Amino acid sequence: MNNLSHHDLVGLFEMMLYIRLTEEKIAQEYPKGQMRTPTHLGTGQEAVAAGVLRNKVSGDAIFSHHRCHNHFLASGGSAKSLFAELLGRSGGCSGGRGGSVHLVDRNSDFYGSSPILGQSVALAAGAAYAFKTKGNRNIAIAFFGDAVFEEGTTWESFNFASISRLPALFVCENNSYSTESKLDKRISLETSFSERVKSFGIRYLRVNGNDSIETFEKSKEIVEWIREGNGPALIECETYRWREHVGPKFDWEMNRSYRTRQEIEYWMQKCPIQLIENYLVNAGHISRQEVEDRKLEVKKQLDTDFLEALDSPFPTAESHLKNIYASRQG
Amino acid sequence: MRILSYAEAISEATVEAMKIDSSIHLFGIGLDYSSGVFGTTTEANSFFGPSRVIDTPAMENALTGIAAGASLCGIRPVVIHARNDFMFLALDQMLNVLSKWHYMFDGRASNMPVVIRSIIGRGWGQGATHSQSIQSVLAHFPGLRVVMPASARDAKGMLLSALNSPDPVVILEHRNLYEVKGEVGQATPLEGASIAKKGKDLTIVASSVCVQESLIAADQASELGINIEVIDIRSIQPLDIETILNSVRKTKRLMVVDTSWTNFGLGSEIGASVLESGIALLSPLVRLGQANSPAPVSKPLEDIHYPNATKIFSVAKQSISYKSSEIETVDNLPKIADDFLGPY
Repeated sequence: MNNLSHHDLVGLFEMMLYIRLTEEKIAQEYPKGQMRTPTHLGTGQEAVAAGVLRNKVSGDAIFSHHRCHNHFLASGGSAKSLFAELLGRSGGCSGGRGGSVHLVDRNSDFYGSSPILGQSVALAAGAAYAFKTKGNRNIAIAFFGDAVFEEGTTWESFNFASISRLPALFVCENNSYSTESKLDKRISLETSFSERVKSFGIRYLRVNGNDSIETFEKSKEIVEWIREGNGPALIECETYRWREHVGPKFDWEMNRSYRTRQEIEYWMQKCPIQLIENYLVNAGHISRQEVEDRKLEVKKQLDTDFLEALDSPFPTAESHLKNIYASRQG
Repeated sequence: MRILSYAEAISEATVEAMKIDSSIHLFGIGLDYSSGVFGTTTEANSFFGPSRVIDTPAMENALTGIAAGASLCGIRPVVIHARNDFMFLALDQMLNVLSKWHYMFDGRASNMPVVIRSIIGRGWGQGATHSQSIQSVLAHFPGLRVVMPASARDAKGMLLSALNSPDPVVILEHRNLYEVKGEVGQATPLEGASIAKKGKDLTIVASSVCVQESLIAADQASELGINIEVIDIRSIQPLDIETILNSVRKTKRLMVVDTSWTNFGLGSEIGASVLESGIALLSPLVRLGQANSPAPVSKPLEDIHYPNATKIFSVAKQSISYKSSEIETVDNLPKIADDFLGPY
């Protein structure tokens, strides 16, 4: 049981549905070859973004990594500007300059995503330093995958965040795979992320990252704790990526052997959206018919968004060398 | 008119800017030591203390990313490296984040006004990993501003400008210039070369301490009736090619003297630009810089490893008397900071 309001529960569900159907639309369109950008879909991991970012307030700073669509959308970025970005159009969130791994939407406090491992951690620690200096209640949130624990920058950042007691929330989406390398090849089985993180003086919490209600409730408490000035914290969210590391296919369609179809289908049974959908229906928050109506409505809107994104023009050749320096206009 | 040393000029700019702009914070190793990065942060530390002058752990890469993140949210960080060579650890954040943030989000992300101060070492056997000069690498990647103040005036003036710029700026200072005195004033531009000495017979384009050495060589040459024009390049990225081309059109001779290796260096870039311009030179392009080996420690090897005024003078004469048989012997000219004994 939980103490969440109808508004929060339905809000979580609707955000996850929006993310899932956006990613599925991309997966459906991607093979046509119009989205010429290496794309890392977040299907299966929606509960982390929706659960954590439901705690975001205006003025917080969100940073993400290569698998960033979920966080972009859950911060408030629009599917239309994401589609346009993947299509390389000037109407894209980054003007067609960034592509799938370089998204930004300052209006929704999504400061940017960057695919080099560990960068989101350092950037968020820096934003948190600014908030601490200003003395406000804003926090910075970094999303990253489990391989980021292998990078030196991460531990340098954790150390600085700890000694400076920065208002930063580090969110690890542990999906057990770094590209095609399983976790047990990359970390000593004698140790745990929990021990490592705590040894730096950072509060640590592990949640079921497929359970949006648990992720939201636990991150809500920890976010409030950070806003009160208690220092940095890390949430490790156990979740699973459904599709291939980069691209729209399933691994079994590509004959990859690093994980079995059975393993993927086992996790699909633990679908984060199905989980909350069943809960909402059983608890009487929403009917199955309303769920189906809602899905159709969102799909229809996304179809329209995609067509409008296609209508956005490509950047002009004249714009190619613009915006190298902020000090030079245009 | 005020006369300050290069180090005093950096300190003065820092304190002046921090008084006006409370968002400026300094980060680096040893900033709050009594030695204060060779005196450049001592005064700032005594004025503003640990809330704005942060003695950080050894964490060059993350620190640069943290500075970048802080700059997105209204802080103006100055990251300080006592030697360039330690900054290499931060190249990921410098080249993947700082240099690209504005462009790759089409100007829709927040600005990243991070200033990085980093010092080039030379002399007293500082050796292979305390003497490197990284301007060509940084300038190769579009998006960073890379400047090399050669005088106390620019040491103060360019730092003041960097602290007012919306762009990330890397300031490469030279340890051998720290005690060199000169007039200081207000902010000086972050781009545009300046003519340090006018001349008509040969153009020497120089960076950082090599400007001072080229001026010594040029003074010696003028006693022989040779008029050398010395251009202080000031900014490596963006590079002011026009000022160089205008000079070379007049002198038809070109030498580039740089603090780094000649291979793939400033001289290669400027030489290629002159070639592309179609200007016909009367004598071959000359590039001077560190010899193409890691810097050795032993004094006799160190002496031949780096350019100095004597070498510049000698090569300048060869350039001007090119194809003539007469090449005079060369005197030993004064060396900048040849008596350098540290601190390092």
